[in-house]
Amino acid sequence: MNTQFVGQPIRRVDGRLKVTGGARYAADFNLDEHVYAVIVNATVGLGRIVSIDQAAATRLPGVIAVISHLNAPRLAYHPHKGAIDPATGERLHVLQGDQVRFYGQPVAVVVADTLDQAERAAAALSITYAAKRPAVDPSASDTTEIMAEASKGPKAYYPADTARGDADAALATAPVRIDAFYDTARENHNPMEPHATVARWDGDRVTLWSKTQFVVNEQAEIAAIFGIPTENVQVISPFVGGGFGTTLRTWSHVTIAALAARQVGRPVKLALTRKQMFFTTGHRPRSLQRVALGATPDGKLTSIVHEGRGETSRYEEFIEALTAGTGFMYSCPNVRTQYRIVPLDTGTPNHMRGPGEAQGMFALECAMDELSYELGIDPIELRRRNEPEIDESTGKPFSSRSLMPCYDRGAELFGWAQRNPAPRSMRDDREYVGMGCASATYPVLFSPTRARARLLADGTAEIEVAASDMGPGTYTSMTQVAADALGLPLDNVRFSLGRSDFPPAPPHGGSQTMASVGSAIRAACAAVLEAAARNREVRPIEAEGSAQRDPEVAARFSMHSFGAVFAEVGIDSDVGTIRVRRALGVYGAGRIVNPRLALSQCTGGMVGGIGMALMERTMLDARDGRLVNAHMADYLMPVNLDIDRLEAHFVDEEDPHVNPLGVKGLGEIALVGMAPAIANAIFHATGTRLRNLPISIENVLTA
Amino acid sequence: MSDTAQSFPTRVDISLTVNGEPVDARVDVSRHLVDFLRLDLGLTGAHAGCEHGVCGACTLQVDGEIVRGCLMLAAQLDGAEVWTVEGLTETGALADLQAAFVERNALQCGFCTPGMLFAAADILAQGGQPSRVAIREHISGNYCRCTGYEAVVDAIETVAGARARGEEVSA
Ligand code: FES
Ligand code: FES
Repeated sequence: MNTQFVGQPIRRVDGRLKVTGGARYAADFNLDEHVYAVIVNATVGLGRIVSIDQAAATRLPGVIAVISHLNAPRLAYHPHKGAIDPATGERLHVLQGDQVRFYGQPVAVVVADTLDQAERAAAALSITYAAKRPAVDPSASDTTEIMAEASKGPKAYYPADTARGDADAALATAPVRIDAFYDTARENHNPMEPHATVARWDGDRVTLWSKTQFVVNEQAEIAAIFGIPTENVQVISPFVGGGFGTTLRTWSHVTIAALAARQVGRPVKLALTRKQMFFTTGHRPRSLQRVALGATPDGKLTSIVHEGRGETSRYEEFIEALTAGTGFMYSCPNVRTQYRIVPLDTGTPNHMRGPGEAQGMFALECAMDELSYELGIDPIELRRRNEPEIDESTGKPFSSRSLMPCYDRGAELFGWAQRNPAPRSMRDDREYVGMGCASATYPVLFSPTRARARLLADGTAEIEVAASDMGPGTYTSMTQVAADALGLPLDNVRFSLGRSDFPPAPPHGGSQTMASVGSAIRAACAAVLEAAARNREVRPIEAEGSAQRDPEVAARFSMHSFGAVFAEVGIDSDVGTIRVRRALGVYGAGRIVNPRLALSQCTGGMVGGIGMALMERTMLDARDGRLVNAHMADYLMPVNLDIDRLEAHFVDEEDPHVNPLGVKGLGEIALVGMAPAIANAIFHATGTRLRNLPISIENVLTA
Repeated sequence: MSDTAQSFPTRVDISLTVNGEPVDARVDVSRHLVDFLRLDLGLTGAHAGCEHGVCGACTLQVDGEIVRGCLMLAAQLDGAEVWTVEGLTETGALADLQAAFVERNALQCGFCTPGMLFAAADILAQGGQPSRVAIREHISGNYCRCTGYEAVVDAIETVAGARARGEEVSA
């Protein structure tokens, strides 16, 4: 494999556009003659719409239409399950009936000449409801946990139940035991760019300039909802202002934008407000977990029990990897996992960076830390004593696993040896100082992808895939891959993405873009070189190529990334303020295509983990399901001053099995492990074990 | 000029300069500066992230001061001098910062970047070599959900040093 550019810290090719305001995000598309749509959201958490009085709103200047279930056309809503949709249940059918399933559900849309007019009219709409008390707290007694349909049976991707040996019996007789409950908060992705869609119909064809991490799914879904052929929908999404999972699904506002544009016969721009993003664009579900560990006095695990519950909505069964890492992280003869979901009166959750792993590894890794204190063994040493030879949950070898090399390198870089293991033993002026560590993991995913390559007469090449770039650098890394495959300078390769008429790409999530899209581009480049060699006259000449994972290799190996994350916190000795003084992550993630981009991807994920540990929590009012802090002033996220000294490093890891490029992906794992490392550091600093996220000053002071 | 029953105006006339060009407009009194720029003038480099002054994505310059485009009304701008990232790109006033942001990869999705550049230019305009903590504090009103902030601080620190030494930063 020619690697002139792959592996090099190339500057991002979209950098110039982004620093000059030239990158165009969905809401930046201004069409001639477009009008504005503003969604009106339910102000009750469960019930029925009784009446909508739109007289006052319709009289306001500029108002073109008020659309609700009373006058909206019945949409086809043909069955459609994208790779990213919950397997069981049915999406919200928007503006099709009087039922309110959750607080903030769209109940009407107002279209007006200007944004200000539409907002004013939306506020003037008078809606009455017959409201019931919603169930929004998964720990409350009015909720019932269920086994998700898609998690039933041993073949399920996220099985409801797994067991090897007899974990409960082994726990009962274990010489040393830890048994604790963990609670992690509901979070919202909060990318900086709010969701937006500009919709324009031409006859029975619609074009959507839209924010999406899954271009071809948005196309297919809107086609299914409107009952039109897929090719009648064109999605254009050149730049995505952050996603972290929230734009993997096509949410109801996209349908509303298209519906409004069709109703008024003009192009419509619809941008969600920050507040509206909290209502209808998915969230990381709250988790309630129990982890119990049994061990011998010399630190060999004899039992792991991991029981987890996560939220879902009443109408779809969202499942994720909450207990998925537990079976293969450590060597242990007796392991039992259980995963249930709790349907609530809320919108459906969806994948948020490190979906499931972030919460599940929080519980497991805090428990490992607790065990290390119980045993009096260094937490890294404890992991070393339980490092497995193979994936004991499947009996397969790992395609590669660098957990201990990550710990070794990290311990050295972080200065772990300077740590006095006794809690509350280290101090720096007013602060108690604590150092903690935790493991991270994420599977290596791969999805079949196609790519198109075209050689032009001037010696340049064009590459096209319906992929996305929410920020990590897809534009840049794919240009590197193509330039190497074609033997061209970087400047001679132009990579385009974000159009549904390009060859299809999988969801831009699950850390699979580099592997899947990159491999397809290599195949397309090989194909076009072959075609060009056969036909030296015709230019431009084009070819397509596709990539899939060899199913035999995939069946032979257990494929995951691993990492070791370290955090140092300072706790003010009087007022309990918590500060992350520094953090460091070391990852074994296969080949690193662009170290410059990879570094940023990891530090960004680590900051997400700091948010999860110390700040982020979407709060709901139990009386009516109202989202109490659905705005950026009260939904806290790390700002620059919250961060100090972040480092990310990579161990050399060659993995010939995962995919032709040998890459494992970085986006997801970068968030996993940070929260437990911080919680463990807080224990070390204070001697107080805090098991609920986010950890706040009050928790430190009142524990 | 009232288009409702109320007696105060719902639209006002303003004359200002945007990126050095004179602009005359009749604006809705509720029109926010960031929407005026983005929707009326097509200057989409200023982004709206939170619409209430928290995130900093809409940061730009009015009469030499950085402001939140979502907290000012267009109606306040009569006689004002407004600069957006598009304008300062053309004048070259941000060139070294822009180059340093690209060089240090101080951006990923780029949505926060134009606002971040204005906040960065503002602390650099105060001269000298600010400490990393001072830089962090100054741009803490500019959220970034992608980069982890380290590279942003590095980029600003580099430009401060280069400016202090009278050097050029190039990408
Ligand atoms: S949009 Fe103005 S500060 Fe967020
Ligand atoms: S680069 Fe995405 S928010 Fe800063």
